[in-house]
Parts: sequence; structure tokens; C-alpha cells
Amino acid sequence: MPDLSTDTGGIRSPNPFWLASAPPTNSGLQVQRAFEAGWGGAVWKTLGTPIRNVTSRFGGHSIGGVRGAGFNNIELITDRPLEANYREIAETKRLFPDHAMIVSLMFETREEWKEHIGRSIDAGADGLELNFGCPHGMCERGMGSAVGQEPAVNERITSWAAEFSTVPVIVKLTPNVSDIVPHGLAAKRGGADAVSLINTIKSIIGVDIDRFVPEPRVGGASTNGGYCGSAVKPIALHMVAALAREREFGLPISGIGGVADWRDAVEFILLGASTVQVCTEVMLRGYGVVEDMIDGLSEYMRTHGFESIDQMVGKAVPGFREWGDLDLNHELVAKIDADACIGCQLCVAACHDGAHQCIHPQEGSRVPVVDESECVGCNLCKIVCPVEECISMETVEHDVPPATWNQHVADPVHHPLRPKKGSHG
Amino acid sequence: MTTPLPATRSETAFGDFKLPFAPGEAVAEATRCLFCHDAPCIAACPTAIDIPQFIRKIATGNDRGSAKTIFESNILGMSCARVCPVEVLCVGSCVYNDLDQPPIAIGRLQRHATDRAFAEGWTFFEAGPDTGRRVALVGGGPASLAAAHRLRRLGHACTILERGTTLGGLNSTGVAPYKMRADRSIEEIEWVLAIGGIEVRTGVEVGGQGPDDPSLEDLERDFDAVFVGAGLGADSALGVPGEDLLGVHGAVAWIESMKLGEVDLAGVERAVVVGGGNTAIDGVRELLGLGVASVTMLYRGTPERMSGYAHEWTAALADGARVEWRAIATDFEGTDRIERVRAARLDDARRPIDGGEFTLDADLVLLAIGQSKLGERLAALEGIALDRGRVAVDDGGATGRGGWYAGGDCVNGGKEVVNAVAEGDRAALAIDAWFAAGGGLRKGSGA
Ligand SMILES: Cc1cc2nc3c(=O)[nH]c(=O)nc-3n(C[C@H](O)[C@H](O)[C@H](O)COP(=O)(O)OP(=O)(O)OC[C@H]3O[C@@H](n4cnc5c(N)ncnc54)[C@H](O)[C@@H]3O)c2cc1C
Ligand SMILES: Cc1cc2nc3c(=O)[nH]c(=O)nc-3n(C[C@H](O)[C@H](O)[C@H](O)COP(=O)(O)O)c2cc1C
Ligand code: SF4
Repeated sequence: MPDLSTDTGGIRSPNPFWLASAPPTNSGLQVQRAFEAGWGGAVWKTLGTPIRNVTSRFGGHSIGGVRGAGFNNIELITDRPLEANYREIAETKRLFPDHAMIVSLMFETREEWKEHIGRSIDAGADGLELNFGCPHGMCERGMGSAVGQEPAVNERITSWAAEFSTVPVIVKLTPNVSDIVPHGLAAKRGGADAVSLINTIKSIIGVDIDRFVPEPRVGGASTNGGYCGSAVKPIALHMVAALAREREFGLPISGIGGVADWRDAVEFILLGASTVQVCTEVMLRGYGVVEDMIDGLSEYMRTHGFESIDQMVGKAVPGFREWGDLDLNHELVAKIDADACIGCQLCVAACHDGAHQCIHPQEGSRVPVVDESECVGCNLCKIVCPVEECISMETVEHDVPPATWNQHVADPVHHPLRPKKGSHG
Repeated sequence: MTTPLPATRSETAFGDFKLPFAPGEAVAEATRCLFCHDAPCIAACPTAIDIPQFIRKIATGNDRGSAKTIFESNILGMSCARVCPVEVLCVGSCVYNDLDQPPIAIGRLQRHATDRAFAEGWTFFEAGPDTGRRVALVGGGPASLAAAHRLRRLGHACTILERGTTLGGLNSTGVAPYKMRADRSIEEIEWVLAIGGIEVRTGVEVGGQGPDDPSLEDLERDFDAVFVGAGLGADSALGVPGEDLLGVHGAVAWIESMKLGEVDLAGVERAVVVGGGNTAIDGVRELLGLGVASVTMLYRGTPERMSGYAHEWTAALADGARVEWRAIATDFEGTDRIERVRAARLDDARRPIDGGEFTLDADLVLLAIGQSKLGERLAALEGIALDRGRVAVDDGGATGRGGWYAGGDCVNGGKEVVNAVAEGDRAALAIDAWFAAGGGLRKGSGA
């Protein structure tokens, strides 16, 4: 059995699956049930000066019949008394000493931060997570993403936390910035032990087209909310990877955003995360989803020869490069397996209308053919094909050695490019 | 261990009635599963497999984990995927039945994961550390196999005592070949026995007259606990004239000869199957499938009252079955061989209607009116009580005599393979708990 235990910035947990700070970590009984179900850690629902929430609060984005493929919310931080939160944190930690208990905090003044860092640690927190991410409600009050979007403010508050805390400090970053790297670096300068990302993305989930009000509706109006769930995974993966490959950064990362199964977790880990956090999938299906996450990850590690999570972390980072460093002479063409083809011709429509007009119907057959001399190897046909492994992208062998754009512009003679295809010129 | 099956078995004429999923199909179907909370399908499964979890694992590409989830609760999960009447169990309880969409094909998904486990040679369980305890299992059917496997996981040594030459009980010799052929059952048994430490003795009848047959007292002397999974007895007889003519068979006996060997149907064009239960319907479909042109079921009740499942009967009708409702056989006629069945029509109170006599020509008759109960033999032991021929047990499968446990058809009167597995499993846990509390039949073995 591979070893699933992890260490993120000094916070140890029996497996890399943590609940993100959100409704699933709202109370002691919830987190205790989650730990029983197998979750390795939990980031408690953000503590701060208790607030009032609106109703309704959540919106779901159905994509192709999949309900909640994207999800958004306009809820704020904890609305429960701080006393109750600290009491339940202590109780939960006492019952589950080996699980990671991270307390998420969002306060305004230095004194408040000092007080609540102390109380969190007294309650048994193994680590703190500074919520610099909430994109609605709290930022208008100068907290949440208002902090996360200003590197100087981020650095200052992180440095207070580093000063007051005796346990590791994680800074939770907002994705509502154009480049994540300066924000990760600010957290590092402030003294963070790790970062977690992403928090939710500023969004309007939809519009009630009969009432003329955006959703989720609060009486006759709505507001922008935070987007999350499976749909945001590509954005989260990019931000995690951008920090993981930044040489000056080097802090451990807890990856968040659209983790719905073990494959998603593997992707985050390969791009540099040492733990992953989950909110939406648990909100949609319950704590029980962790069983397959653990089981599927173990099986993946077993079949790929990984003995520990450490061996996996960042394995795909070297494969993530700037566009200018990709090999322009690498040539792929699409091949259609005529025996597998069911004749839907989605690939014909896609290639004709959306790519390079090189898949053609044949007389007397529903199976189309690829004109390989024109195929640019873009993947579109493979993406639309409903049959697994019917269309494959195959490498074309040729004599032109690899050359990247950066090499070619620097020295076109020694780094020539192969003839261009598909431009119908 | 078991006699090899001949390749020329009549049952090999049958293909699978419910086809396996292609891999892409399985994932698409699994993705439809809602992952219900406190899922009704789990409650409907006698072995309480965590169905939403195993289906989710198929959806995420974790077939190995999926198979493990299934086998954790039901070690005969491969058979059950094929032979369970899912229409009235898990699938029948799927919440999609209350929506305008078809229920999840749970049986076929279970088959997908378990077939994959067999094809890949995956194994999941190891024997527990040796406890020095020995358990005898009477009969080698599904109940005993499930009990033995669980007992081995808990570290107790097991000996299966089987009267016949084949293990698997009716799962090998009875279930319709279009659901599962005997070779699949035998393959599964080898996989189950691979856990090690299960001694198998075939050709020995507990309580029988043979020189090697152990008595009930022998078991009490040599073992620390006994599990009885002896199933049911022979086909019941109708008690009407001509029952001993050639060509009149007990249905279960005939099905066994069709599954393990060859049956000669040369010249058989018309057959009559007496009964209205699932064995009768199986017999009808098997005869039709083997090419008998006209097969008529003769049942004393009405369609609403038949104990055979509606979905099975619908399939039989689609195969071309004929039926006489409210009818009983009164005479079997012929010289040496059966030639015709004399029958009488019944009224609502099941009394023959005057002038309601009729005749059916028949070259073959199967009697599927039930199996006898085997319990009597056990009743010789003080403390073991019978309830209408069934062995009476408590919730854990314990009989009234210390150290004696029972499960499967001999306890429930004849249900499904999955019930036998559930009852064998629960008895194994009860035996383990009894040992832990100091119980043990052999002198000096207890605390
Ligand atoms: C025709 C038919 C079709 C069926 N089809 C299905 C189906 O499609 N799906 C389904 O789920 N269920 C089906 N069943 C029911 C299912 O096969 C049984 O419920 C199940 O096999 C019961 O398991 P068991 O272990 O209790 O008993 P059995 O399977 O009957 O096994 C008992 C074993 O004990 C042995 N034995 C008995 N007495 C002694 C003794 N004194 N000493 C040693 N050995 C002894 C017997 O030889 C036998 O091998 C069918 C049954 C029949 C008759
Ligand atoms: C209803 C809801 C409430 C949330 N509340 C908080 C919060 O209090 N603190 C916080 O740091 N993040 C909060 N989040 C963000 C999540 O922790 C997480 O970063 C985000 O949902 C992305 O992960 P996911 O795709 O798994 O949902 C909330 C998310 C949702 C959906
Ligand atoms: S999920 Fe629970 S709290 Fe939310 S609207 Fe439904 S019943 Fe109310």
C-alpha cells in the first residue's frame, strides 16, 4: 500500500484530502462525521466577526444536463458565535488528534488577528489559513479579496499572523487577479508557510429571464458571487502550476477548485499541490465521496510506482512551459478508426466549421476521411468524437529537428521550421 | 477438488440473456447514478453492498476499487451480478423508477466491475492470523462458501463437507444457463477458495449411511462450530398416477442434468411444466431455448398469484411460452414413456370445475412444485428446532444448540443466492463473536 500521508508547510495529515473552508466545515458534528468518512483534514469555516447571510445564497450551473457542474455562492463567513466555533474545534481535535485541523480566519485589525490566532491555537489548531479570498460581501468591508488583491496589504497581514502564530500559516489566495505570482510572493515575504488556492471566482451564475433578475435571487435582486465546482478546475490548475514553477516561490501548495474525484486530485498534485481541498463536490454529494478519492489515488500510486505523495508532487511541472518553448516541429495528424466510427460526422462539422476543413465525407459511407496533408493536428475532432479511442492523434515522423519559437527567432538558420499546413494559402 | 465439467453440457447452447457492458457504456451508465444518500438500493440488497459507492468508482475509472467494494459485502458478487432478480431488489428500488428515466442498471454495472476483477486476476482478501479454531460447513453451496470465506478472513480454519461432486450448490446446478453457466460458478469458487485454508471434502454426506459419511456427533467432536448450509431436498412429487413414466422429471433434477451433463431431447416436441414458481418458468425457458417447439406451463393459480417473478414470466412469453392457468395435472398417461397429461380446470377456491377436464399431449414433463425440506435430519440433535421443515435460527444464524449455526435455503425455505450469501456471512460473524466470548464445541477448545 502506498503511503498517502502528507505534510503541507508543517501541517501533517493522514491523506491529502482536506475539506475546504465552507459550509461542510461549519460545525463540530459535521467535521467529525467527515473525519469518520475518511477526510484527512479540514479547514474550518472562516471565523471572523459573525455576520448575517441572505437567502437564497447558492446558484447552480447545469452544463449538458450535469447539475452543479459549476456552482456559485453569495454567502459570507461563519454566522455562528465564535465561542461555539472554538468549543467545537477543541472537541473535534480532541476526538481526532491525528487529523489536520486548520482554522480559517478573516479579521480587520492587528489586535483582532492577534486575539483570534491565539484562541485558534488554544483550541488546538494545527495550522491557520488566512482568508484573503472571498470575492463578495467581505471585500466591500476591506477584507477577503480586497486584501488578496493588494500584495502590500497581503504581506502586512501575513506578517502579523507569522508574528503571532506558533503553528504554520497558510495564505488562501484569490483568483480574482490577472497574475497570481506577485500575490504568492507577497504571502511568502510576509512569512507564510504555505499557500492555498483558489478561492472562488467573481461571477454571475445566471439570470432569471422571466423576472429579469440575476441569480441566486434575493427578493427582487442579486449580487455577484463566487464561482467554484468542477467548471473552475482548469483555472485553478493553472494558478497552482504558475506558482509551482516560479523559482522564487517554493512554498508548499494546497490546491483547491473543482476537485471532484481522485483524478482531479492527482492532477493538482502533479502540478505542485501537496494537499487538495474540496468544497463543492461535498456540498453536492456528501462526505462519502472521499472513499473513492482515497481508493482511486492509492490505486493510481500503486500502478504508477509511487510510494509516497512526495514522489508525485510537481511531477508535471517541468512539462508546463511558456508557449515560446514548445516544439513547433512536433507534428500530429488525426486518424479515424473506421471500425470504431459510428458515422455521426460531428468531426466533419467541427473541422469544416471550426478548424481547417480537412475531414471529408466519403461517397457511399458514413465514415469520413482525414486529409492528412491539410490536418493541423489541433485535437478538435477527437474532442467532439463520442466514441472513446475512435480518433487518435498520431505523430508524423519527419527529418526536421525540434525547434521552438524562441530558438527559431533567435537563430532561424540552425532552427528551421517544418512546412506550414492547413493555411490554404 | 471438483469433477471437471464436460464441454458437451446441454447448457452450453445458451448465451447470456443480459449482455455485458462495453467499457464506455459502463462509465456512461455509472455517471447517471445520483449517489443517493441512505440509498434505497443498499437497503434492497440482502448483502447491503454499498452500491452508490461501487458505481461512483466505475464512473471515476476505479474499477478495482469498485470490485473491492462489491466483494467486501458479497464474496459471490460476480454470480449475484448475473443471477440476482435485480428487478425486484436493487434496481427495483432505484429512485429513477419514480422519475421519467430508466433505473440504473446495477446488475450489469456490478458485472462490469466483477468480470474485470476476474479477467485481471485481482484478489483483495487475505486469511486472518490463525486462531486455532475449526469450523465445519455442511454443504458447499453459496451459504457455506460465503461463511467459509468470512471465517477465513477472521483466521478460523474451515472444512466444507459436500454430498455432491460439485461445489456451488444450486448456483452451479440450478440457475438458468442464460443467466450463468456452471463453469462460471466453478471459476468463482476457485477464486473464493484461493484465500487458502478451506479444506473441501466432496462425496460425503453428513448424517448419511456411507462409511466415510460423518455423523452429527462426529462434527461436534472434531470441530469448534458447525455451519449448516444444506439447502433444500429433492423435487416434491405430485402424487398422481403415472408420475413414474419415463420422461416425467423433477424440474430441479432435470435442470441439474442439463447444466452438468447432456439431456436427450430427441423426439421431444411438446413439453409440459407443472408449477408457477421461478423454477417452473426457468424450466419453460430452458426447454424452449433447447429447441422444444411447444412448452406449456400448467399452473393451478392465476397470473396475479404465481410466485414466479412477473419480469421472468414476461420474458418467457416473449420466448414463446404457452400457459394453462387454474389447472392441475390429474393423470400422466402413456406406455412406458409419457404421452399425455390429463388436467382439470379449477374455480376460485381451487376446486375442479365440472366438465373442465382437458388433455395436453406431452413428450416430456417437468414437475416444479417445490423442493422438500432437509431439516429433519438435524432435528435429531437436541436444541435444534424446526419451523415447517426449516431450521429455526436467531438474527445471527444461531440455532438453539450451542455452536450450531445455519443459513441459506435450509433456513429461509428457498430464496436467492444473495440471501444465502448474506446469511452465511452473518453466521460467520456470529460464530466469530461466539468464539471471542469463549465458545467452542471441541473439548478443551473453549475458554
Ligand atoms: C432451478 C433453480 C433456479 C434458481 N435460480 C436462481 C437465480 O436465478 N438467482 C438466484 O439468486 N437464485 C436462484 N435459485 C436459488 C438459489 O440457487 C439458492 O437460493 C441458493 O443456491 C441457496 O444456497 P444454499 O447454500 O443455501 O443451498 P444450495 O445451493 O442448495 O447448496 C446446498 C448444498 O448442500 C449440499 N448438501 C445438502 N445436504 C448435505 C449433507 N447432508 N451433507 C453434505 N452436503 C449436503 C447440497 O448437495 C448442496 O450442494 C434457483 C434455485 C433453483 C432450484
Ligand atoms: C457556499 C460556499 C461558502 C464558502 N465559504 C468560504 C469561506 O468561508 N472561507 C473560505 O476561505 N472559502 C470559502 N469558500 C470557498 C471554498 O473554500 C473553495 O475555495 C472554493 O469553493 C473552490 O473549491 P471547490 O471548487 O471545491 O468548491 C466557500 C465556497 C462556497 C461554495
Ligand atoms: S439545503 Fe437545507 S437549508 Fe438549504 S434550502 Fe434546502 S432544506 Fe433549506
